[in-house]
Amino acid sequence: MRASHTQRGFIAATLHRLSGIALAIFLPLHFLALGTALSGANALDSFLALTQQPAVKFAEWGIVVALAIHMSLGLRLLAIEFFAFREKSAAVLSACTAAVLAVGLVFLLNGG
Amino acid sequence: MNPKLFVAQRLSAFVLAAAVAVHLATILYAVRGGLSAGEILARTHGNLAFALFYAAFVIAVAVHAPIGLRNVLREWTPWRGRSLDIALALFSLLLLALGLRAVYAVYV
Amino acid sequence: MTQSASALEIEVWRGAEEGSFQTFKTPRREHQTVLDVVTEIQREQDPTLSYRFACRVGICGSCAMVVNGRPRWTCRTRVSEVLENGNHIRLEPLRNLPIVKDLTVEMTAFFDKWKNARGYFEPGEKPAGDFAVVKPDSKKRRAVDESIECIGCGVCYSACDVVEWDKDYLGPAALNRAWTLVNDVRDQGNAARLDAISKSEGCQACHTHMNCTQFCPKGIAPTYSIAGLKRKVWWRAFWGIS
Repeated sequence: MRASHTQRGFIAATLHRLSGIALAIFLPLHFLALGTALSGANALDSFLALTQQPAVKFAEWGIVVALAIHMSLGLRLLAIEFFAFREKSAAVLSACTAAVLAVGLVFLLNGG
Repeated sequence: MNPKLFVAQRLSAFVLAAAVAVHLATILYAVRGGLSAGEILARTHGNLAFALFYAAFVIAVAVHAPIGLRNVLREWTPWRGRSLDIALALFSLLLLALGLRAVYAVYV
Repeated sequence: MTQSASALEIEVWRGAEEGSFQTFKTPRREHQTVLDVVTEIQREQDPTLSYRFACRVGICGSCAMVVNGRPRWTCRTRVSEVLENGNHIRLEPLRNLPIVKDLTVEMTAFFDKWKNARGYFEPGEKPAGDFAVVKPDSKKRRAVDESIECIGCGVCYSACDVVEWDKDYLGPAALNRAWTLVNDVRDQGNAARLDAISKSEGCQACHTHMNCTQFCPKGIAPTYSIAGLKRKVWWRAFWGIS
């Protein structure tokens, strides 16, 4: 492991990138699923039934967390680039992590 | 990424920052006790503010995601040039078409 | 002076792009720097070892190498700071530049990018006839102060992942220099400079990994200089100026 790849910034950027890729792959499927509503509520319901399977449920949780990760790390970037924030401490990244954990946990507790 | 793509990427990011926050809150609210089509459609059916919000969301996504993927592909794969740009323009259109169709589907 | 004979195990890159590590054993000495070790190997064990240094005291910036995976000035790095497993050090040439031989790299591309970023003072067609008055506490002067101490050692360039992914990317040092000139009220070359640093391989390619900022031996934060340039480039393109 090279030294630069254990740095906060690299980890943040990598998570940001991987979550972005995941979202880009997921989005067309998400849109297709919602599009089934065109064939009536029943069609959408039979799709939603699918989401009750544990594996699908876990994937869903993953995608919600990916969205939260991508947004909070995106805010980190915008803060540094547009508002001249200084990432002197780990505060920014910790706040991002906290936000993501909160979203993930609430999603789980709500019985997603 | 040329300056125009840079502007588009960050501008859409600002739109998305707000939209995703709202969307996440909506998800967390909506999934309480499980999802049903009836529930979703009851909220979205005929709701113009809802439709406009999600239409804007879809447009921002169709701008944002392909530019991001373009950076990833250029940096992590040898794929460059015109074929890459065309492929990602098509991906953008795909997101736009499927996304707007989805918004329409839950609106009508 | 010698604490114990042959106490250090130094792996050194030998060859050019193709090559391998050669292990040397050298004595452990008090207050020894990594540069001391390299010099000792070259003088006592293998005179064909190539490396670069000049001042030995952190002024010139020519002795930068990758020490245990991290780019550093070897003259300002004590052996005691970087030892792994008690007595081990691995030395490689700087990354992202062609290797000439052993620990020496060809830095032409690095300095060419300073030129490409127009990282040099432009007095303009009609230079000012008198001294410019620059208040030390003015916003621009302070922005320059934060970034001006760069001595061009190449540590940031070696650490930058974006340079590794895109060989044309201008890199932290050149962009940092451009930022100091953007904030220099006497300089008259900013239109051309902002054009130069906003091409695809310019400042907006930076992903804020912050390796440059983390590793700069002068404590400069090129990430924030580049962020400043991004703001300039973004608003210019937003208003359709470029």
